[in-house]
Amino acid sequence: MSDNNETEPVPEGTTPLRTGATPSPAQDTRLLAQDDISAPAGIGEEIDEQAAKRAERIVATFFLLAFAASVGFLVYFIGWSGRHGGMHGVDRARESNLWFGGLMALSFLAMAFGVTIWVRRLMTSKPIVQERHAMNVGAEDRASFTAAFLEGAEDSGITKRPLLRRTLLLAAAPLGIAPLFLLRDLGPLPEKKLRHTYWADAVRKAKAEGKKGVRLVVDGTNQPLKVSDFASPGGMITVLPEGIEENLPEDEVLTQTAKVVTILLNIPADEFKPVKGRENWHVNGIVAYSKICTHVGCPAALYEQTTHHILCPCHQSTFDATDGARVVFGPAARPLPQLPLSVEDGYLVATSDYTEPIGPSFWERG
Amino acid sequence: MSEATAPKAVEGPLNFLDDRLGSTGFLNRNLKKVFPDHWSFMLGEIALYSFIILLLTGTFLTLWFKPSMMEVVYDGSYTKLNGVKMSEAYASTLHITFDVRGGLLMRQIHHWAAILFMASILAHMLRVFFTGAYRKPRELNWLIGITMFVLGMLEGLFGYSLPDDLLSGTGLRITQGVLESIPVVGTYGYMFLFGGEFPGQDIVPRLFTLHILLIPGLILGLVTAHMMIMWHQKHTAMPVKNQTEEQVYGYPFYPVFMAKTGAYFLFTFGVLALLGTFAQINPIWLFGPYDPGAISAGSQPDWYMGVLEGALRIMPNWEITAWGHTLSLNVLIPALVPLGIIFTGAALWPFIEAWVTGDKRPHHVNDRPRNAPVRTGVGMAAVTFYGLLWVAGANDVVADKFHVSLYATTWFFRVTFFVGPVIAYIITKRVCLGLQRKDAETVAHGVESGTILMSPDGKFSERHEPMRDEQRAVLLSKENARPEAPAVDANGIPAPSTKGPVGHLRSRLQRAWTFDDIPVEEHEHGHDEVEGGRKPEQIEH
Repeated sequence: MSDNNETEPVPEGTTPLRTGATPSPAQDTRLLAQDDISAPAGIGEEIDEQAAKRAERIVATFFLLAFAASVGFLVYFIGWSGRHGGMHGVDRARESNLWFGGLMALSFLAMAFGVTIWVRRLMTSKPIVQERHAMNVGAEDRASFTAAFLEGAEDSGITKRPLLRRTLLLAAAPLGIAPLFLLRDLGPLPEKKLRHTYWADAVRKAKAEGKKGVRLVVDGTNQPLKVSDFASPGGMITVLPEGIEENLPEDEVLTQTAKVVTILLNIPADEFKPVKGRENWHVNGIVAYSKICTHVGCPAALYEQTTHHILCPCHQSTFDATDGARVVFGPAARPLPQLPLSVEDGYLVATSDYTEPIGPSFWERG
Repeated sequence: MSEATAPKAVEGPLNFLDDRLGSTGFLNRNLKKVFPDHWSFMLGEIALYSFIILLLTGTFLTLWFKPSMMEVVYDGSYTKLNGVKMSEAYASTLHITFDVRGGLLMRQIHHWAAILFMASILAHMLRVFFTGAYRKPRELNWLIGITMFVLGMLEGLFGYSLPDDLLSGTGLRITQGVLESIPVVGTYGYMFLFGGEFPGQDIVPRLFTLHILLIPGLILGLVTAHMMIMWHQKHTAMPVKNQTEEQVYGYPFYPVFMAKTGAYFLFTFGVLALLGTFAQINPIWLFGPYDPGAISAGSQPDWYMGVLEGALRIMPNWEITAWGHTLSLNVLIPALVPLGIIFTGAALWPFIEAWVTGDKRPHHVNDRPRNAPVRTGVGMAAVTFYGLLWVAGANDVVADKFHVSLYATTWFFRVTFFVGPVIAYIITKRVCLGLQRKDAETVAHGVESGTILMSPDGKFSERHEPMRDEQRAVLLSKENARPEAPAVDANGIPAPSTKGPVGHLRSRLQRAWTFDDIPVEEHEHGHDEVEGGRKPEQIEH
């Protein structure tokens, strides 16, 4: 059967595709072979010795190139990559990345091209046919298995001694559950942890010292913030409770920061609509909201000054800062919790914790 | 053959093993195993080789990576971050990047390979779906494949969370928020995963163990099973000349397929090395260490998580609070429903199709997508569904690049999420039927020869020629729909299986599957054969 000549326009003995017609120009520029099995062009062919010699030289050239690239890799590694005390910093990382990666890629690709040309031009295997077999073993084997299975069950006595069977199942059942109990110490129980933040501890501590509340410090510089520092409407500042880094054990700072992180905004008086019952939570239009989005907890870090919208960049929940951070768009269901502010000695202070859980909703939240 | 002797170097070990394992019998049977050819059969190979490359590069990375969230002050060769507090995980990733020779390259190849791994699995799954290669006896391999894709998503998420940079921390934060939304047990799951409140000190070491041991171990086991089943069942073939249900036609494993697939491994590795060299990916040193109060705009997960991200973005803000409990439908629905539909639907599909069509025969020759319009339509609906959610996961980028309102993109996706798949189904089905019609036409009248004839009375007509054998084999591979004979017994009583709501549903689905099918068949003697006049063949054998 002639299977390998499909690229020829008119193979002998078959019906021509188009007779007397101009061949479609597309046929000459076809990228994929249109043969019945898209077999490699040269494979299975009787090989013309001269063409084979040429192909062999081409393949060998590719293999030599791969060899050279690998040697280059080693030479660069031994000879250059370690100069001046080894790799260090951005420039050398970039340089060595280029050499290592480039030579590695060259080596792999040259070898891949070589083998591909070898297969397509030099291998003389012909396509063959093999039988497919039914997957199942047939009725006879199945019946014989069933017989053996039943005989075994009978011999073991499991079928005629139900007490044995049932107590065995009973014995096995708790074994399946016990390992789950071992996972109990993976973490603490939630208890009320999600209901308060470090603001509560900080405010309590400040009040014990006879103060009105805890000062807000700017995230990053840790400088306490004066009302006069934040007098002009417009900007947004991220603040934390004073002393969070000093008073907490080192391994808890980040975890608590993830809950207390708060944004401070200055809303112009004519646009500000304090929420009922929170009329004295702001200081001359300076309000504080939790920075943790009530959707899934990304920091709501974008603030549009003209509309006073707070936007969470993760899933675009949008909150109206002038109106108690109510949701105006996006998947968040609840406003950002608000932190009650006051002023003491000219400094901004928080007078209590958030009055509701911050961050994403959870089942026990209510 | 009997007097042929292999070189000593081959013969020695071979006989050593054969004396102990009887292995030459297996080798003898399988050395020339036939592998049918088609370009699309390489997609799964890309996934396999990406996985091997992931194992190799990943092992390299573990030699330096420190899965620890202990806070350290960085003092290293990336001077811009000197004096900055960060976790050991992040610091050691900087070390791998800037101080270990080839470290940056291995990191980038590892990340690119993960992306390619998932992309090639998806492409491979689509090929298998649209050609019906999941049909009996290959349902198990289909299910294994879906499981590997899901595991791959988790593996990828955990992997890019390990460096503990700003982007990965944001991903973990979202993971935590999603976990919290689960009714009843959400907060417990959250506390148990993180060992306390987010981020805590435990999550990176835990994810590390899952990422380098448990999940890759599972995937490796499943890959092995996938390959062994494929080998045992023999690969499916495309519906072309010489391929039949009884015989497979192609080149032998040794030497042809072996050499080709070896070259293909090298191509995959070479291309990934090129990407790792020239295409920067996840430059964690630019993001900085994780800070729960900071974020960068345009934060995007790796592509295979994009569909979840998109679902989260376009979901309306529904939340129910009653009896002291909160149900966050705005998080729960996007987290579970879209991927639930995709994966559950995909897993059940082979069985649903067999139930609807009543086709319980084994299939080794694939379908052309046009010859199963309902399947192809459903597949395109799923692609549209997934694709829209995926693009919605980058709606801020879309809004920015195309200068449209961000909220408009959200509404666009909210609407097309429902409408798009339906339109895709209808269009795809019409295209399939149109192609069937064209095939029927070609089979009935042959191909256009390009030869224009003028008849004596001046009429012009084009002569049609019979097709080539190869083309005819492809076109006639279509199995024309044979609606099941009405299931009644000799007395006209309908079979029990067609009664009741389930039986009715099945009958209707079966009709929907076949009713507008265009028969593609040769009318050998040209006599007017009435459609359906032939006795419908029973499908069961």
